[in-house]
Amino acid sequence: MGEDSNRPGRHERYRGEHPVVVKGLVNRFGDHVVHENLDLEVRRGEILGVVGGSGSGKSVLMRSIIGLQPPTEGEVEVFGRSLTSSQPDEVLGVRDRWGVLFQGGALFSTLTVGENVEVPLKQFYPELSDKLRKDIASFKVLLSGLPAEAVNQYPSELSGGMRKRAGLARALALDPELLFLDEPTAGLDPIGAAAFDRLTLELKETLGLTVFLITHDLDTLHAICDRVAVLADKKVIAVDTVPNLMALDHEWIQEYFNGPRGRAALSAQALEELRKHMDTPIAAQTLKALDNAPDRKA
Amino acid sequence: MDSEAAFTISEEGEGHGTLALSGPWLVSSIGALERDLRGIDGPVARIDLSEVSEIDTVGAWVACDLAERLDAEVVGASERATRLMDAVCGLGGGLKLAAPRDAVWKRITARTGEKVYGARAGIYGVLGFLGAILSASGTLIRHPGRFRGKALVRQMELVGVAALPIVGLMSFLIGIVIAQQGAVQLSQFGAETLTVNLVGRITLRELGVLMTAIMVAGRSGSAFAAQIGTMRLTEEVDAMRTIGIAPMEALVIPRILAATLMMPLLGFYASVMAIVGGATISNFALGIPFLNFLERIQDVVPIYDLWVGLIKAPVFGLIVGLAGCYHGMQVKGDSEQVGLRTTLAVVSAIFAVIVIDAFFAVFFTKLGWA
Repeated sequence: MGEDSNRPGRHERYRGEHPVVVKGLVNRFGDHVVHENLDLEVRRGEILGVVGGSGSGKSVLMRSIIGLQPPTEGEVEVFGRSLTSSQPDEVLGVRDRWGVLFQGGALFSTLTVGENVEVPLKQFYPELSDKLRKDIASFKVLLSGLPAEAVNQYPSELSGGMRKRAGLARALALDPELLFLDEPTAGLDPIGAAAFDRLTLELKETLGLTVFLITHDLDTLHAICDRVAVLADKKVIAVDTVPNLMALDHEWIQEYFNGPRGRAALSAQALEELRKHMDTPIAAQTLKALDNAPDRKA
Repeated sequence: MDSEAAFTISEEGEGHGTLALSGPWLVSSIGALERDLRGIDGPVARIDLSEVSEIDTVGAWVACDLAERLDAEVVGASERATRLMDAVCGLGGGLKLAAPRDAVWKRITARTGEKVYGARAGIYGVLGFLGAILSASGTLIRHPGRFRGKALVRQMELVGVAALPIVGLMSFLIGIVIAQQGAVQLSQFGAETLTVNLVGRITLRELGVLMTAIMVAGRSGSAFAAQIGTMRLTEEVDAMRTIGIAPMEALVIPRILAATLMMPLLGFYASVMAIVGGATISNFALGIPFLNFLERIQDVVPIYDLWVGLIKAPVFGLIVGLAGCYHGMQVKGDSEQVGLRTTLAVVSAIFAVIVIDAFFAVFFTKLGWA
């Protein structure tokens, strides 16, 4: 089998180390260079957060990986298949193994939520019976944390948070191994955002997903990301866990994670951790001390 | 490596069969098996998953469904299979996907009622819009300094000047068609020379203005609706209000005025181009020299034909502008509305133009301008 040993067959899951490999990616729009020799590897089973300033090309990177934006130069491999080799079969072989949640949900507005979830099923597996397809669609909708009524509702009848969940249900329709989320918590209230983070983590653990997650949300980074890739200076300047990144001596990274918002997210995370260990005396004491600290008094 | 999903049933005495599933149980492989699975109804006490090589939520859900339907116990599930089944079992099994539909007569009544209420809201909407335009016009007359001259000139350019090539070409071709088809019929009576009367009178009185109005409705009426509608969606209209700019004065009046002012000019230009087209084809096909054709036009077309066209044109322009701006301002909610309202703007404008044109025809005939 040689180098093909990592390639999954039609009914097999990917067993290689890196489901997504980006090598030497260059994206240029006219004179405007977005990516210059960008390298990135996503490990199987991790939630990889992707951060970067506005206009640093996070979305372009995602679009390059999922084949919506043919890169100017460079190599993109998904599940060990090269998507840049311009062989349509290669691309087709992976389209049913990933799910994408676009920023606005990108639900088809003329279809109900249930029908939206059925679309990819119909497209890739027309042999499924209507009944099974509808059953699958409805359990995916429920799995995404939507109430049963949502199945028959149209996207315009849903709130922003519910629309994202419906988009997630459609992204999960084919039981993908790889999930791309483009700013899933943007525009959600803190409660909705935290709930979406929990859902992402739960689904990743239950379904064994690999998640590529673009975000601006520091809480998301701290709470659920295994590693974080930082996009700056037209490439990925670092991929590491959040604590390790915070130790790096890079201006943008320092400002991002150690700025006031970064610190707030971190202390929220730390408090959460402490609360989990309330039964140990030292944690309880620390919490008490923190509550009494002058700057935390409301 | 790529084996298929399969199952076997082994009988072990009274009602103690085992349904053994094997191979990959995935959304990609289950379709082939579905019909056979539904056929199982024998006594099965256990569902054995130990030979299942791969499983996803769909496979887990189908296994759960089988277990529930056959009242069987699941054994031999891998750690992953257990996890998935815990997550999806009981989800959506009895869920009714199709929304309960009302009886036909209920739906017909409901739809009729909706339409009636919609029509009433539409009438109120149009009346309110006309009132808002009148009051905005009143304000502008009292405070002429607030009038947006630049916006008007810009809209006049878009509605009028930018439309010259397409309106010209269209009219030229229509002139050719009328002259050529007319000549074919008239020659049966030996009256080819009357082609001049036909082309001159019909274009100046009717077609020049009417076709231009249809073209302007398609070009500019739709653009009005789409522009204003998009601005409403992006909250630009609301932003204007908060800054103290009245959208009626800034967006609607300049557009309606531009359409009203440019229509007579475009209509006259269209009539001239149609006559030039008719003269051109007559020159080649009928043997009437180009200049003779134009000279004859002055003799056979009464001047009131020109007035008929020029009086109708601003009214048509007003209708197109009103329809475009009204539907644009009615947009709310989602982007789908923009498309819907744009279509409505064009359809209602063209319809109204043709109806009004019929009234004008009767009116001018009574005046003696026949």
